[in-house]
Amino acid sequence: MGQPSVDTIWDWLDQVPDPEIPVISLVDLGIIRDVRWEGDMLNVAVTPTYSGCPATSIINIDIETALRDRGIEKLTLTQQLSPPWTTDWLSEKGKAKLEEYGIAPPSPKGEPERCPNCGGHNLERTSQFGSTPCKALWRCRDCLEPFDYFKCI
Amino acid sequence: MADQKALFEFLLRMGDNSLILGHRVSEWCGLSPVLEEDIALANTALDLIGQTQFWLGLAGEVEGKDRSADDLAFLRDAWDFRNVLLVELPNGDFGQTLMRQFLYDAWSSIMLGRLMTSSDARVAEIAAKASKEVAYHVERSGDTVVGLGDGTEESHKRMQAALDYLWPYVGEMFDGDDVDAAMVKAGIAPDPASLREEYDAFVGKFLNQATLTVPTDVFHHKGGRTGYMHTEHLGHLLTSMQWLQRAYPGATW
Repeated sequence: MGQPSVDTIWDWLDQVPDPEIPVISLVDLGIIRDVRWEGDMLNVAVTPTYSGCPATSIINIDIETALRDRGIEKLTLTQQLSPPWTTDWLSEKGKAKLEEYGIAPPSPKGEPERCPNCGGHNLERTSQFGSTPCKALWRCRDCLEPFDYFKCI
Repeated sequence: MADQKALFEFLLRMGDNSLILGHRVSEWCGLSPVLEEDIALANTALDLIGQTQFWLGLAGEVEGKDRSADDLAFLRDAWDFRNVLLVELPNGDFGQTLMRQFLYDAWSSIMLGRLMTSSDARVAEIAAKASKEVAYHVERSGDTVVGLGDGTEESHKRMQAALDYLWPYVGEMFDGDDVDAAMVKAGIAPDPASLREEYDAFVGKFLNQATLTVPTDVFHHKGGRTGYMHTEHLGHLLTSMQWLQRAYPGATW
């Protein structure tokens, strides 16, 4: 087998689910910052979402497992802090999948566009924080369902 | 190499502040007045511990003695910690915890903003990452201080008591010494005193809205950031935080 192209590696990584929100991939999440070959060594640069996110170490293991399973032998993962991760890097595909899953995607105005369950606009925030560092708790006054909102940072 | 030594000290101060406050805040886990606040406090603690990994990780690298962030967190004793006294004080009631958080977040958000233009790219990177999280923290702690201060008679009374108790610990964040002078000279970090004006204006605005009165006594406690003398509370905190690594050295899972 020849050396897989960088595009192929990106495709493979796009099949690795986020451990906390498995409907989106690590590529959708925007945390894969660079993929490059240095001779026969593959380097993948990963940026953390939140500094203390406990998923970070699982993500590194998942990347390594996915690439090793596909025959990559020489692999280094580097942590890249700068520029810091922003929800602007979430892919459009990822945002659509989040909403379908019941999590309101981040919106530039800093609050959810609509209820991911009924599409209602009569919303209220119940907590600035949520079940994972990347989410906040909201509620829809139309359908009365609580939902997660992917915080905008 | 004198500058590397000063840089190490500076990084310990940054890392120990977030570590000790992160641990204190985590003590609320499962005990907060309502579920949403429990989640908020746990998330705040998590961010702080995450930031600690960066600061202490870099400190270990700069020191060059092969000590990891974990080694620095779990294997130093009280006299080697460089956090300001404010962050090691006990949680008290919920109001006191949030007041301490606000007084710290306000300083931290200004400090990190300045560090984003540090001449040391590694410091600037960590500051840029942490400052996004701290901006979120201060939004919440500031709102809560206003909500409770300008709340019921009981909540107002408690918030004023919290401010009266904590205010004498604020001044230490603006003290300077040889380490700070070395950081200023190298363009790595600002003179702590240069943050005071912005801090007073920012904090004053919120406390005013919260109908709270800032104590006028200028005396302040010190000794934490220099390691000269911590409060008795730090040792108690460490016995709990470091217990596992002390009882089972090198344990991993």
